[in-house]
Amino acid sequence: MIEVQNLTKKFGEFTAVDNISFSVKEGEIFAFLGPNGAGKSTTIKMLTTLLRPTQGKISLNGFDPTREQHEVRCSFGIVFQDQSLDDELTAYENMEFHGVIYKVPKETRKTRIEQLLKFVELWERRNDLVKNFSGGMRRRLEMARGLVHHPKIFFLDEPTLGLDPQTRTHIWNYIKNLNKEEKMTVFFTTHYMEEAEKVAQRIAIIDHGKIVASGTSEELKQKTKKNSLEEAFLALTGDTIREEEVNNIDRMRMRRGHWR
Amino acid sequence: MSTIYILWLRQLKRYFRSKPRIIGSLGQPLLFLVALGFGLGPIYQKAGAGNYIQFIVPGIISMGILFTALFSGIEIIWDREFGFLKETLVAPTSRLEIVIGRTLGGATVAFFQGVIILCLSFLVGFRPQNIMLLPFSLLFMFLIALLFTAIGTAIASVLEDMQGFQLIMNFLVMPLFFLSGALFPLAGLPKPLAIVAKIDPLSYGVDGLRGILVGTSHFGLLQNFLVLSIMTTFVLILGSYLFSKIEI
Repeated sequence: MIEVQNLTKKFGEFTAVDNISFSVKEGEIFAFLGPNGAGKSTTIKMLTTLLRPTQGKISLNGFDPTREQHEVRCSFGIVFQDQSLDDELTAYENMEFHGVIYKVPKETRKTRIEQLLKFVELWERRNDLVKNFSGGMRRRLEMARGLVHHPKIFFLDEPTLGLDPQTRTHIWNYIKNLNKEEKMTVFFTTHYMEEAEKVAQRIAIIDHGKIVASGTSEELKQKTKKNSLEEAFLALTGDTIREEEVNNIDRMRMRRGHWR
Repeated sequence: MSTIYILWLRQLKRYFRSKPRIIGSLGQPLLFLVALGFGLGPIYQKAGAGNYIQFIVPGIISMGILFTALFSGIEIIWDREFGFLKETLVAPTSRLEIVIGRTLGGATVAFFQGVIILCLSFLVGFRPQNIMLLPFSLLFMFLIALLFTAIGTAIASVLEDMQGFQLIMNFLVMPLFFLSGALFPLAGLPKPLAIVAKIDPLSYGVDGLRGILVGTSHFGLLQNFLVLSIMTTFVLILGSYLFSKIEI
């Protein structure tokens, strides 16, 4: 379903993703793990047509994100790492907007939005502006929104960040269900190792832009001779703390108060 | 089509939900109208040029449209900041549809702003020379709105963040407004200023609006209309191209 060959992305001198190759089969739940700044989000951006690779080949649902952007975009849904909702619209309007730009037929759209909003327990709040929502509510809404068009591949970039265990379990159950019933392929990143261990059928670990290991959680543990995935992860990536460069957007957020 | 509609609708909803923004962006034009209109009115009259309020209302309407339109276009930077831009960029729609939807939405909002200023100007004694021509003035107002929203979109597509914001304000918006003949007649200007005014696209908007509302035009309605339409088409194409190049 996802084929990546010798993928590289350079920003000037800095190599964010360095010659990586991997593949994800249809209907698989695949975890992409790595410390901060390892190149996870950059990889996802290249897979989802937001960034052009410097080198290498990608095939997503049989299409090339650099040439067949439209077909690729029809194939996936995504929950971004940072929020991507419109604050000035209501929860329902955000869902509706998504449904319309993904050309989901009106009747299907209505039933799906209702079903999804009920599922993430935001149906009662559907007419509230998103700017009044808490972090967890926004997260749930983004999950629901990413599923409105029933994508073949679902990308989740640290989807459960800031969610309580109840919500996390609830949402993963739903995704696993879709994975089973509709053979939806799931590609996700997370910092919660138990989550990866529990949900993912296969795992790849990326560090400094390179894939350092991949396999099932069991295989990774055996390979490093550790008892848990967390220990295996630390053994593979070391225990130095990484710092991510502050990007423009973050700097801008800090300054936001000055002219708003 | 539905994509363009929902993007247009989004701009409108955002506009009508933000009452402070509506009022805020009316404040400045109204201040100019009242302070300059009544302040310079007597001198203008003494110089034998007639009623100054009549003269500047088209200029002030253009000002209101210019400000709102440019900022609606530049809102793309906000969308980038708050992440919403990604949601539209990964969607299976053509970049052209996104640009058109946004630009139409922003232009509609700026157009409303112009209409409100036109209505308010009646309160300070403005009277159009011919009520029957009002629909044509609306056409011109919409063209101005469209042109400057498209310019805003083009700028926002190449701007990474709001660093350049002050720059745009001081070196684009203000000169566009002050050098456009919104506040003074274009006839009899010193040569350099006359040339600058000819380059400023807003001049044609102001002049066209003045031609219809007050009956005095410097360039002539046809030229105004042609320059505005051609510029708008050109900037729309440029804006779509730049927008399609956005990477996050």
